[in-house]
Amino acid sequence: MSKKNINVALIGNPNVGKTSVFNQLTGLNQQVGNYPGITVEKKVGFCKLPNNINANVVDLPGTYSLNASSADENVVIELLLNKNDKLYPDVIVVVSEVENLKRNLLLFTQIKDLEIPTILVINMIDRMKYKGISLDIPYLESQLKTKIVLVSSRKGTGIEELKNTITTYKTISTEPCLNASSIDEEYFDTLRKTFPNQSLYKLWLVITQDVNFVDLNRKTLKNNSFTKTDSELKRLQQKETIKRYQFINDTLKLGQKVDSALATDFRSKLDRLLTHKIWGYVIFFVILFGIFQSIFEWSKIPMDFIDRNFASLSSMADKNLPPGAFTNLISQGIIPGIGGILIFIPQITFLFLFISVLEESGYMSRVVFLMDKIMRKFGLSGKSVVPLISGTACAIPAIMATRNIENWKERLITILVTPFTTCSARLPVYAIIIGLVIPDEFVFGFLNLQGLTLMLLYLIGFGMAIFSAFVLHKVLQLNCKTFFVVEMPNYKLPMFKNVAINVIEKTKAFVFGAGKIILSIAVILWFLASNGPSKNFSDAEAILKSRTENSSLSALEFKNKVASFKLENSYIGMMGKTIEPAISPLGYDWKIGIAIISSFAAREVFVGTLATIYSVGGSDNEATIKSKMATEVNPQTGVKIFNFASGISLLLFYAFAMQCASTLAVTKKETNSWKWPLGQLIFMSGFAYIVALLAYQILK
Amino acid sequence: MKTTIASLKKGQIAIIKDFDADVIPLKLLEMGCLPGNTVELLQIAPFGDPLYLNINGSHLAIRIETAREIEVDIIKK
Repeated sequence: MSKKNINVALIGNPNVGKTSVFNQLTGLNQQVGNYPGITVEKKVGFCKLPNNINANVVDLPGTYSLNASSADENVVIELLLNKNDKLYPDVIVVVSEVENLKRNLLLFTQIKDLEIPTILVINMIDRMKYKGISLDIPYLESQLKTKIVLVSSRKGTGIEELKNTITTYKTISTEPCLNASSIDEEYFDTLRKTFPNQSLYKLWLVITQDVNFVDLNRKTLKNNSFTKTDSELKRLQQKETIKRYQFINDTLKLGQKVDSALATDFRSKLDRLLTHKIWGYVIFFVILFGIFQSIFEWSKIPMDFIDRNFASLSSMADKNLPPGAFTNLISQGIIPGIGGILIFIPQITFLFLFISVLEESGYMSRVVFLMDKIMRKFGLSGKSVVPLISGTACAIPAIMATRNIENWKERLITILVTPFTTCSARLPVYAIIIGLVIPDEFVFGFLNLQGLTLMLLYLIGFGMAIFSAFVLHKVLQLNCKTFFVVEMPNYKLPMFKNVAINVIEKTKAFVFGAGKIILSIAVILWFLASNGPSKNFSDAEAILKSRTENSSLSALEFKNKVASFKLENSYIGMMGKTIEPAISPLGYDWKIGIAIISSFAAREVFVGTLATIYSVGGSDNEATIKSKMATEVNPQTGVKIFNFASGISLLLFYAFAMQCASTLAVTKKETNSWKWPLGQLIFMSGFAYIVALLAYQILK
Repeated sequence: MKTTIASLKKGQIAIIKDFDADVIPLKLLEMGCLPGNTVELLQIAPFGDPLYLNINGSHLAIRIETAREIEVDIIKK
């Protein structure tokens, strides 16, 4: 039998375990990318089916219906309506969930109208028994004109059956399960006559949504005599929804039995506790506190391990490779550069782990509910909590996550203030500076001072985000209709596989995304630091020899002097010296200045830059970067460069400054204007400079 | 004064009667907020807003200003 490739689209409401089903089908054979032109995440996986069929499985963004109200949902419609798309599905799998079948079926009936073979998966079948639900599958299959597969993605049951059912896609009915056009027969008849070659439901979707296709354009439809006003269309959409629910209610009345006496009240008990007016906030705070303490405590051992190994790797390369420019590039440019990225994997992994557990368990929605009223006082929405928390991982997905905030003003403010939250790229900078200037001691016997400082920095980030939101709320004059709907999903024990795949994907994206930038900057810096324009650089040894003739320096001391003299007269040293007057009031020397400049592309470059600069400067490759930084002194005053005052000033600078080209790009994309990202850049960085200046001048 | 979801007490169950279709977002309708369906007030957030509801088997939260637009008949408690 010959091989065959088919496209399978997975679609479903949020919180039905669609991603679990996707993970079960494809395992780690996934590719995450973006849809062309927009930042919506696109996941495609590969799956081997029986009978030599290979399937490309597309995981579409979760949606409640085909009535698109966001960019995410537009993606769904555009793929499902465009027969020329390379991923246009041969078969659609609608994933639903046994407890919310009624609501899930609304989307299913809409999908059926597209006349593509459709399979209905009912997930979380393992919960059916204790929820007292029983289903009449043959009846449901005949009413819904589909094949139903019962799945428990948690237990892994039903997946093989789903694979088998997918291979029989040609035999599955493409007939709609109800006649939605009966809501206005006359209107739809005219439509059908005007465009006899188009599917009726597709026409209806194009009329009511903001999507366009090559063969079907909104404008041509709008220019017809039978056009309706927006208000009339909205009423028609409501009628359509009511009609669909009538059909679903009738179907489930006979096809589903619920013995409500069996339903446990675990959920309501937990809800009462987690949304309690005192305990709710206490629990939320304790969870956040625990996360930040553990990020710092747990990752210490693996981080030290990586740090030490890269230092010895560097010296090994130095000793064993033939001396020359190429060896220097490897031992002083590339190895420290890679080490600078890898060292943060433990912390970033822990952060993504916690965030993905909070989201998977359903707790995040309770936080939204708990915080909405408070957040609104600051011009934000309860839903802003999710971007603000996931902003602790990275501002880019966080800004994209604001899409489900319905009110434009609340959404805009959330986008503008999210970069203040402490993202994982700041973590490397914080970690190394805290390690240098804050003592590793315990207060009250259990609070680690370094962990406490880290927690404070996170709180400052949140505080600043909230404060600037409040200012923006008062300043921005925008009138928007407010509405707010948030689903409160059932509590779930997070699934190991989902969390693991999520953490691996995100960490991989960080390492390769940031890694590319860090590595190339490391190589450029190494070049700039190992070459200089003037005689001072090329004849450094001779110049110093004549200067120090009378003093009694050991060979090693002399070697170090030459190295640092060379560095000062290299290209990078000259650049650093030029900007030194602007940053010395903040307590920084020119080396830190270079690190700040190079980290305008991405914050985490700061550490890599210092690593490269110090490796080139020193002759001792055995020492770790941190110990080199710790012993660095100001040649004029003899004071340590990384002291308490300059350390705090640096921490505050990094807490507030806008140093991420990718965040600016995503803000531009999401707000559709350069005005907002430019405002972010000027306001945040200007504010950072002033605060860092004040901090150093007061503390020194 | 008309009875709306906003005037429910915790634990009360009601039937959705009517609402002004232009004020209520389509998304809420799609989640089951339609005339004739039942609604139960499960929790009230601290400071009295938003409201946590069970509408037609769907668990969701809405703000009080939206709740004020949805007229209901109380059937239990």
